[in-house]
Amino acid sequence: MSQLSSLHEGSWHLHTVLEQSPGLRMLAETLADLIDEGHPIVACTADLKYSNGLFRLQDRHPERFLQFGISEQNMVSAAAGLATTGQLPYVATFASFLALLCCEQIRTDVAYPGLPVRLIGHHAGITLGFYGTSHHATEDLAIMRSLAGLAVVAPADGHALAAALRATVDHPGPIYFRIGRGRDPEIYADGIDFQLGKAIVHDSGTDLTLIATGSSVHPSLEAAARLRDKGLSVGVIDLHTVKPLDEGAVLAAAATSSRLMTVEEHSILGGLGGAVAEVLATAGAATPLHRHGIRDVYAVIGPPTHLYRHYRLDADGIVAEAEELLAR
Amino acid sequence: MTPTAAEVALVEEKARLSREETIRLIQIAKVGHFASAFSCAEILASLYYGVMRLRRGEPDWPDRDRFLFGKGHAAAALYPLLVDWGFFDSEILDGYTRIGNPLGDHPDMSRVPGIDFSSGSLGHALSAGVGMALGGRIDGRDFRVFVLLGDGELNEGQVWEAAMSAAHHGTRNLIAIVDRNEYSLDGKVDEVLGIEPVADKFAAFGWEVHEVDGHDVPSLLGMLRDVVEDGTRERPAVIIARTIKGKGVSFMEAELGWHLGYLVPEDEARALAEIRGTA
Repeated sequence: MSQLSSLHEGSWHLHTVLEQSPGLRMLAETLADLIDEGHPIVACTADLKYSNGLFRLQDRHPERFLQFGISEQNMVSAAAGLATTGQLPYVATFASFLALLCCEQIRTDVAYPGLPVRLIGHHAGITLGFYGTSHHATEDLAIMRSLAGLAVVAPADGHALAAALRATVDHPGPIYFRIGRGRDPEIYADGIDFQLGKAIVHDSGTDLTLIATGSSVHPSLEAAARLRDKGLSVGVIDLHTVKPLDEGAVLAAAATSSRLMTVEEHSILGGLGGAVAEVLATAGAATPLHRHGIRDVYAVIGPPTHLYRHYRLDADGIVAEAEELLAR
Repeated sequence: MTPTAAEVALVEEKARLSREETIRLIQIAKVGHFASAFSCAEILASLYYGVMRLRRGEPDWPDRDRFLFGKGHAAAALYPLLVDWGFFDSEILDGYTRIGNPLGDHPDMSRVPGIDFSSGSLGHALSAGVGMALGGRIDGRDFRVFVLLGDGELNEGQVWEAAMSAAHHGTRNLIAIVDRNEYSLDGKVDEVLGIEPVADKFAAFGWEVHEVDGHDVPSLLGMLRDVVEDGTRERPAVIIARTIKGKGVSFMEAELGWHLGYLVPEDEARALAEIRGTA
């Protein structure tokens, strides 16, 4: 890492702040390890190799790192071309650019031909806080979920991301990975049995089950613990694969709990909440569902942790939301 | 390298096949892109019968040269050539665009053997070609990647992202051909959204640029071969092929509405007679 020799303690720049994103370190290092093991991975980035940490992969495998510059649509279509030649491209850029700017390239060039391209939408949700709406991605799950043939995965921490990358390396079709800024508190430091499409049930509860994905899993686990301390029976499901969705896990929770609440750093329309609602309605489940997330608005700007508090996506907020729900 | 008379004759014969079959296929669909298909008939025939390394009946041969049809709305011009190469059965042509048939107005790699990349949404193909060129290079394979772009397609911003990207990465195995037929759907390209000076644009983006008459087979084929076989070039090359939209059918050359159309049997016969030189 670069030294800030001429500056005073406390000053920082891009390269030093990366040390605060262990989840992104795991992205680069897992992919570099998989290259060591013989997988024909090509990591592609659009002038964000420091933001997503892929410069570390470039250090280890320069021949399998491609810099596309600020041309995201070109990068996605080129990744499709790469995949036709037997390479396994992992395309990383901000989730807002990937899912919205490149939606058509993903649909037509990647998902429709079913090419094994991995799309890494990083800094998803409102993690880019005060960078503003252009950099927020609160629609990406809804958009990506609607593309036929595309799996959608939102790992909850760096360990889950590493496990998901590894478990899906031979998946024949395309996958959208939704990750944050790599600073999610650790949940799975002791290991995780990641299976595409198989939810991780942390606890079951008769009063309420929180169904969370990605960055919302850790605060949901913490919220559930606090609610249990208050005498409530609360379960938590890490629904890391939003598509294909583990319908059995959702319906089992619906059968056990009086209420369900989805928690996502995303619009309540069309993402995790929408997907779970579809499963419940289709099965005729009578359990009421509360969808918690961004409520069909463009988020205000602010530091990410302040935004989580504002939108009740931290543990305190999820507890408050759940208590209001259960009091109705 | 000047092609022999026999080589020229073969390409001209296959260009004629492409045009005749385009007429037949569009009669099945009852609508199609005649004029766009005709402007690139010699380009397609030159590539498939004088330039590209292909194996008969083996559309998935890993070391084949790749072809990406940016202006995919002219796919009817290519399908008959793929049949001729034994990539799929000729009976499939008879069901062109009919329900369940793999052959649509735009080429589809998921359904059609011999189609190296799908198209339909303009502007993607050059990017995909860059990816293929890089994919081959990473593995040390020497296949070449040809991308046929429409001139109207050059309005798409992604084309220029790809152009920048190809030059930056020095994809010398990537060769673009612009079918400069001067017209898009709404009129003359340079009145709809001007692209000139197109040669200067590619040159400024770092490409080697050539221009040729896209219907003069000796010149076109000779130039394609020279560019492909130039072992000294360290950058991508583009050939701007000056063409005539509707080339080969006088009433289509004369009127721009034939970008999309249909012919009643009497006019179909007229068009075929002109293409066959029996008018």
